[in-house]
Amino acid sequence: MGSEKNASIKRIQATGQMKKIMADYFYQLDEAARSGSSKIAWCTSVGPAELLLSLGFQVYYPENHGAMLGATRQANDYIPVANAIGYSPDICSYLTSDIGAYIKQETPLTRAYPGIEGLPRPDVLVFNTNQCRDVQDWLGWYARELQVPIMGVSTFRNIGDVTDLAVTNIAGQIRELIPELEQISGNRFDLDRFREVMALSGRCTELWKQVLETNLAKPAPMSFFDATIQMGPAVVLRGSETAIAYYETLLAELKTRVSEGIGAVDNERFRLYWEGMPVWGKLRDLSELFIGLDTAVIASTYCNSWIFDAFDPEDPFNSMARAYTEIFIVRDEAFKQRYIEDIVSRFGLHGLIFHDSKTCPNNSNNRYCLPERLEESLQIPTLTINGDLNDMRCYSDEQAKTNIEAFIEQLESR
Amino acid sequence: MKYYVGIDIGASTTKALILDGERQVLGSGVVFSGADFSRAADEAFKRACEPVAEDVRSSCFITTTGYGRKNIAYADQNMTEISCHALGTYHHFPHPHTVVDIGGQDSKVITVEASGNRTHFRMNRKCAAGTGAFLEEMANRLQVELDDLNELALQAEQDIEINSYCTVFAASEILTRIREGVSVPDIVRGVFNSVIRRVIEMDPLEGSIVLCGGVVAYFPVLAKMFETRLGREIFVPPLPQLTGALGAALYSWKAEGDKNA
Ligand code: SF4
Repeated sequence: MGSEKNASIKRIQATGQMKKIMADYFYQLDEAARSGSSKIAWCTSVGPAELLLSLGFQVYYPENHGAMLGATRQANDYIPVANAIGYSPDICSYLTSDIGAYIKQETPLTRAYPGIEGLPRPDVLVFNTNQCRDVQDWLGWYARELQVPIMGVSTFRNIGDVTDLAVTNIAGQIRELIPELEQISGNRFDLDRFREVMALSGRCTELWKQVLETNLAKPAPMSFFDATIQMGPAVVLRGSETAIAYYETLLAELKTRVSEGIGAVDNERFRLYWEGMPVWGKLRDLSELFIGLDTAVIASTYCNSWIFDAFDPEDPFNSMARAYTEIFIVRDEAFKQRYIEDIVSRFGLHGLIFHDSKTCPNNSNNRYCLPERLEESLQIPTLTINGDLNDMRCYSDEQAKTNIEAFIEQLESR
Repeated sequence: MKYYVGIDIGASTTKALILDGERQVLGSGVVFSGADFSRAADEAFKRACEPVAEDVRSSCFITTTGYGRKNIAYADQNMTEISCHALGTYHHFPHPHTVVDIGGQDSKVITVEASGNRTHFRMNRKCAAGTGAFLEEMANRLQVELDDLNELALQAEQDIEINSYCTVFAASEILTRIREGVSVPDIVRGVFNSVIRRVIEMDPLEGSIVLCGGVVAYFPVLAKMFETRLGREIFVPPLPQLTGALGAALYSWKAEGDKNA
């Protein structure tokens, strides 16, 4: 400890290409919304996007917008606006910052993409409660505000095995969305097109998984903080050739780093897991803090949430239902424990950091004794830091830094 | 002669301590941190130097810790207060134990194993509950001097509970007690009980407990009350408020040892 090091983040070259495809994506959405050339669906991040794409919708993801509000540190300008109309400061700060921004008729999209004046107006709002109830409440506000139809899938929660019964139920709910979606889009459902989109999305998720697994190498080529940015196309462009091409490029770059022994962190001493949401407004600070401590944060539940192993174009409804129900956030504590144990041993990790995100209980997995159970089973230490995904009123720089530095000192003394 | 210095720049007070090569304490100083951490560090260091005849600054190794640990340009190294408290208590109690440090602005619980290594720690800085700041606020509400709290708690005739986690809610609970006619000493004891409860909620507090920090230094009644609450002996180091500074000085001593090794 002690001497402060210069901690600069190594740039991933592919990022330039990512910025371009993300810009194209937003301009296309904007164009479609203005001209009416295609209908717009707003969809929660792990909602049935592939079905919407197959029906010809252009898909916009409010959570991606929420993350932009956090990363640009604008969230706290808007959260109080939503608080003032009755949304508690204790509920999802994506929801509160996004709704607050809408009320003020502001969005980071206008600054990032000149010419765009606002969000693409939705023709339909589609949710999946697999991650939480907040997404339904969030889209529900827009449904009332904009008088737009809302529909979705209500998932099972806290389940161990994903049973056939659950899959059949969810697949049934997805099928039931079709007639109304056909009506809104003006297009007939086409099973072959659906299969095609599922295949594209499947390829994207496979590549994303390979990208994350390059971090099995020592030193690991990409930090968690980089990965949260690199994840953008896997969220908003899945189901497209563009995303596949992007991850092929990124994968090649990371493989080169691995073969040349280049790590995201020089002198990688410790390898850690990040459990829970990113602190969007502090990505750079935290990234630099860990680099300065020669510590690589290289595996996470968050980035893994867009790995959909179950996707099978031959059986699109059931496999989509399974994939979107298999994700970590839906599962019970025993599953979560096994899941993290497996990653810790495969990636050779020395410790786990839990982010207790004040407004996202769904993704704060420290709250039911999981850190304590993992310390016991893995015999490695854990640290919980208090914070939030977007609401910086809940985050203390000084407290987080001291905790993290003390944790690294603890690892040093082992 | 070489001197080993530890300076703990806390949110409320700054503490400095000097050790010789035999790890004997030569001097110490405590000042309020105020708004200028480096001035507070200078002042505490100066006071710690007073009993030492030689010029300590000309031959010393300095480790800083605490909230302002990175603000002191002349420090040779800095360590977090978690590590320093653990080393400071282990120096006096070289066996497995749990450190409970109640400071002006935060409280910490640290588990130390037989080797002196830390296995676990938790810090509460989310609010004033369970810290010296809570006691200050309550003294203010009761319109009694902070310095009198210890004596008042000793005069209490009954245990009352202040349940609220939030300092503002706790203050209104106190108003209710006053309305009910509960005596000030009983309320003060209730306030100390509340601090203890907040700490007990942080950790199972297994094994021997070493209590340190400014709050126990100023209010020894707290250690007694902790003992009653937990039903076992509580250990308090000789200079409880200087535990972090002692740990930092010991890190200075170790750093030199490592250099010479
Ligand atoms: S999972 Fe958490 S962050 Fe995501 S939408 Fe739900 S409450 Fe918000």
